Amino acid sequence: MTINYDAYEIVIGLEVHAQLLTRTKLFCGDSAAFGGEPNTHVSPITLGLPGSLPRLNGKAVEFAIKMGLTCHCEIERNNYFARKNYFYPDLPKGYQTSQHTTPVCKGGWVRIRTTAGERDIRLNRIHLEEDAGKSIHDVIPDATAIDLNRAGVPLIEIVTEPDLRSGDEAYAYLTELRKTLRYLDICDGNMEEGSMRCDANISVRLKGETRLGTKVEVKNLNSIRNVRRAIEIESRRLIELVATGQTVQQQTRSFDAAEGTTFALRTKEEANDYRYFTDPDLPPFQVTDAFLESIKASIPPLPEQLVQKYTRELQLPEYDARVICDDRDSAAYFEQLITHTTNYKAAANWLLGPVRSGLNEKSMDWKDLPVRPESLARLIRLVEEGGLSFSIAAERIFPVLMSEPHRDALEIATALNLIQSSDTSEIAAWIEQALAGMPDKVSEYKKGKKGLIGLFVGEVKKLSKGKADPKLTNQLLLEKLEN
Amino acid sequence: MEVNDALIDNLSNLARLEFNASEKESIKKDLEKMIHFVEKLGELDTTGVEPLLHMSPEINVLREDIPQGSVSREAALSCAPVTDGQYFEVPKVIRK
Repeated sequence: MTINYDAYEIVIGLEVHAQLLTRTKLFCGDSAAFGGEPNTHVSPITLGLPGSLPRLNGKAVEFAIKMGLTCHCEIERNNYFARKNYFYPDLPKGYQTSQHTTPVCKGGWVRIRTTAGERDIRLNRIHLEEDAGKSIHDVIPDATAIDLNRAGVPLIEIVTEPDLRSGDEAYAYLTELRKTLRYLDICDGNMEEGSMRCDANISVRLKGETRLGTKVEVKNLNSIRNVRRAIEIESRRLIELVATGQTVQQQTRSFDAAEGTTFALRTKEEANDYRYFTDPDLPPFQVTDAFLESIKASIPPLPEQLVQKYTRELQLPEYDARVICDDRDSAAYFEQLITHTTNYKAAANWLLGPVRSGLNEKSMDWKDLPVRPESLARLIRLVEEGGLSFSIAAERIFPVLMSEPHRDALEIATALNLIQSSDTSEIAAWIEQALAGMPDKVSEYKKGKKGLIGLFVGEVKKLSKGKADPKLTNQLLLEKLEN
Repeated sequence: MEVNDALIDNLSNLARLEFNASEKESIKKDLEKMIHFVEKLGELDTTGVEPLLHMSPEINVLREDIPQGSVSREAALSCAPVTDGQYFEVPKVIRK
């Protein structure tokens, strides 16, 4: 039978775990840094030794609230931590400390943009919790190795309502979320290294149906692109089950990126019983007005505000503004650049053109861009004042600045003999030479084939190796040909 | 609340503990006593009383985000039943 996939609606909720960029763990002073030697960021609290007492990291609370305020959440004023009880080798205490009854941020939304337009995805909650340690299965034969460096690293879990309807929407949501985390500088958003992780809850139902179908949870999604792929693949599988009258089992499944399939990890036949209760070792924390105000004041300009600024105040096209703001570091660079030049459109063109391709060529990130903003501004001014053509500046000068950022644009241009000539006699000589080389074209022009002017200008450009000021060349050519 | 074998079995499973028949009987009796003791509280009228989530009078006992208090790996692993000097070793969690 043929299946009409379009008859079904896909319903997706995402759970994102974001590791906070604090220096220390959520409840003790061990380093929260990634990649230390195994079991070196551990204390009696991380190890869950009897008698040890946890103490909450104020910075982690601040980061969680920052995210909540940015996502329009309601901030919980009276917070408690809860113990979520289960056994696993990488969970030394036998419970994970999390926020169960009082998530620090409730509700809220994230605006996404897809080809279909803008839409707000509602959040259910954002809460604080600790990460587990790491189980490594391939370093010791016949045993699992446990590294507890990560145990206790602060996480926020960001949970959406089941509002997403496609892999593309999930992609847009995660891109937006990661951008926000990075702008706020509270998580580096690196899905490959696991500092941002995503689980997808997926179900399908006939369009028009209001009840939710049985959901499956898909894990092991190590890139935003793979989240989209996994949703597309898994939702097809679910539609095929439903359309052929089979039952969907409530399962946890894993995504195999190489095979492009999902497979069952476990079936939830017995409901998990985590026996949550308030952690008696951690006193409650209250969010005061003063604390909330100080956090609000510390939130930097976010992409939407910057896009508004660039389009309204600087008159940039929306596309340019959005691309600049896609990356926090490119926006930061642009912010600096426009303190050195008021030619905003040229500044944007440079970032979106030569600078971006220069970075791509060297596989560099914006934060590693060696060319200082004031140096690029000087190059922009040289082009503006007619000393250099844009293409010469982009193709000949900028690459030199990339590898020798201490040098000055004008000095490089002079050294390479690239400064445009506005010396009329020099240009006149090139014109003379160009026209002498093609007398037939000249007579055609004189008979009325005016379009040939472009050819002459091009020839002069070639002879002068790009140095002839194009405006002046045009003017002199006209004078020469019309007389 | 009835304390029966099913409850004891479920609790033992959650606690990853095993008991023989006579141990179960004595646990059953203990648990019954404890639960009845606490059930007494159910007689109180708590209408309009905010749930008490924590007993501590302390609030906002926060810590500065400054690294301190870690122990050496040797000390951390000294409590481990099995270790290779770098990791805690546990029975294989997944089959490859």
